Amino acid sequence: MTPLDGSRRDEAFRHLLSIDDLDRAGIERILDRAVSFAEVAGREIKKVPALRGRTVVNLFYEASTRTSSSFELAAKRLSADVVSIRATTSSATKGESLKDEIATLTAYDPAAIVIRSPHAGAAQLVARWTDAAVVNAGDGKHEHPTQALLDVYTLRRRLGALDEKRIWIVGDVLHSRVARSDILAFVRMGAEVTVSGPPTLIPRGIEALGCTVAPTLDRLEEADVVYVLRMQNERMNEAYVPSLREYTARYQVNAARLRPHQLLMHPGPVNRGVELSADAIDSPQALIAQQVEAGVVVRMAVLYELLAGSGTSGSAVAEAGAEAVALA
Amino acid sequence: MSVARLFHAPAAAAQLLIRGAHALDPRGELDAPHDVLVRDGAIAELGASGTLPAPDGADVVEGEGLHLFPAFFDPHVHLRTPGQEHKETLASGTAAAAAGGYCGIVAMPNTAPALDSAPLLRALCEQAAREARVPVGFMPAITRGLAGSELTEMAELRDAGALGFTDDGRPVVAAGMLRRALQYQRLCGGVLALHEEDPSLSGQGVMHEGAVSARLGMAGIPSISESTMVARDAAIAAYEQARVHFQHLSCVESVEALAAWKASGARVSGEVSPHHLTLTDEAVRSLDSRFKMNPPLRTEADRQALIAGLRDGTIECVATDHAPHARHEKEVPFEEAPMGVTGLETAFPVLYTDLVLPGVLPLALVVERMTAGAAVLDLPTPRIAVGEPANLALLDLAAEWEVGGRGYASKSANSCFEGRTLHGVVRLTVAAGLLAHREATVEALA
Repeated sequence: MTPLDGSRRDEAFRHLLSIDDLDRAGIERILDRAVSFAEVAGREIKKVPALRGRTVVNLFYEASTRTSSSFELAAKRLSADVVSIRATTSSATKGESLKDEIATLTAYDPAAIVIRSPHAGAAQLVARWTDAAVVNAGDGKHEHPTQALLDVYTLRRRLGALDEKRIWIVGDVLHSRVARSDILAFVRMGAEVTVSGPPTLIPRGIEALGCTVAPTLDRLEEADVVYVLRMQNERMNEAYVPSLREYTARYQVNAARLRPHQLLMHPGPVNRGVELSADAIDSPQALIAQQVEAGVVVRMAVLYELLAGSGTSGSAVAEAGAEAVALA
Repeated sequence: MSVARLFHAPAAAAQLLIRGAHALDPRGELDAPHDVLVRDGAIAELGASGTLPAPDGADVVEGEGLHLFPAFFDPHVHLRTPGQEHKETLASGTAAAAAGGYCGIVAMPNTAPALDSAPLLRALCEQAAREARVPVGFMPAITRGLAGSELTEMAELRDAGALGFTDDGRPVVAAGMLRRALQYQRLCGGVLALHEEDPSLSGQGVMHEGAVSARLGMAGIPSISESTMVARDAAIAAYEQARVHFQHLSCVESVEALAAWKASGARVSGEVSPHHLTLTDEAVRSLDSRFKMNPPLRTEADRQALIAGLRDGTIECVATDHAPHARHEKEVPFEEAPMGVTGLETAFPVLYTDLVLPGVLPLALVVERMTAGAAVLDLPTPRIAVGEPANLALLDLAAEWEVGGRGYASKSANSCFEGRTLHGVVRLTVAAGLLAHREATVEALA
């Protein structure tokens, strides 16, 4: 497929390792594809045969419930054969290196390898060692591009375009791969991004990603969207913040801080009563459930674009959908 | 009684006539094509190009179009012996040095076990006297096991041949511990070379802290981790009137601290690596572990400050911090990879290509700084002058080569310059009067 804006970036869309692999048009193309998959998801038979006979390997070196199940479901709805390998069952515990593991998995001739790793750059390395398309499902604190895509998808469905929308990302930005991919994706889609959190948890130099930094939530009312990050308990032990109590007092997003016009997002899983209050989580402004729902269709779109997208047009999905109906 | 502090394998003293090479001794008048006669391993005669006859039995090397420098001296390399011989050995590391134009290198003590006792030092000196292609000196640890809590037997180590002392790879964290070592230096002599880093500031850092680490989500090592320790230890050295040398400086603030303490009369010196002079943390965006080293690559402003410091002499010398690692050890995600890059076989070509050719630094200055490490450790400086021992590097500055992923004299290939095309090929190295390296093309000419 010729890139919509003629850029070179997308001609090489062989892997999704970083949001930087996509320009705005590339993001929009994937999300438009996801919209058409959402229509399929509304049907009784939710499967399309797009990846029938092809193998998708999910290789997770880190605990994950929603990302791994979402990728698994996405691949299955595209009729791929799916092999899911968890860190506890993988050879990593036997001292086999990532490179050896990839060499072993390559014997299955996978069309795609979805990898989550506690280490930045793991997906890039895997892409060097395999002919399969590689999807980064989270690498260390570096990136989580499919999360960013599903977040943009969720916001687009609600707001239309993100242009000039003000998005605040609140919390532990230092340790968050979601924050990095989101900043990049939101900025690329035209939004104005502010990050806010304890100064100990805002990385020096983060402005270079195109966002501004606010040390307090005093101006939170400016935001159209409040995106709250997970606050992990171990950060207290590492002395990044003096206490959970103080963190909550200064940075918890709750009904008192949230304005009625604002949308609330969170990548999950939520620490109820820490970064978000229960009333905020359960408010109609919260898009948390929609984010989870978007995960499957957006990951279907990513796999489709990587494995079946080249040379096809949007109508392929309609055809695939029609075939699904015929199969039914 | 003088104690031997450099060790190399025996070989026949060189008998050599190098004809017509452009001889450059940055500390003297010599900067023109000359004939250089080496007899019995010493520089016997210097003559105008084409004037010296070849004595019987001397090798004649046609040097026209080539450059002849005093061979380089590296005060900071890792030879991984004992304990990690799969990365490097005394034989392979000194062969790499010879291939890089060096006539002397100094091995760091962070081996397994650490070099912290006289018996181990004696064993290494003996091994070097059997295996080393170029003279190698050893710097044992300041503290036992590099643990920072007890002094090594520095006086006995000095008697056994220690060039100086260092805990390289680690800082001496406790100021009081360093002070004791510096007091003890009055008894035994020997420069203390310091790896400066405050672990409470470095934390789990794997690269320079800045915009690139923020983008990559990797824990950063801030510049102040190094510079605060340089300032602290220079102050302690000044107070004790002791002699310290700061290893592998990487940032603006360290250069400023070094300059300020020098100006106030402290006996301090510094070194900088070719990679810190030519690369920045932008290279880490590739997430390639070949750009992982400690101290990390920093910003362009830091790089410029290091170049300026080398130019004005605040930083005395270039040191490679040659740190070999096996391929499989580096072929892992960046955060998991060990720190360090090789450097002996690329040092001069990198500096020549990236700093001399673009006119950033004069050739003579680079040659001076690549030989100055000897004097920093109280060793004689390699010179091209009659009567001096022959320590010579013959280079073809016009020749280009591509830095590859293999094919080194070193056992390891973790070069951060892989893929670069560099100018400058070492054709021949004479170290301590012995022919240490000879490239095949020179052989054909001879």
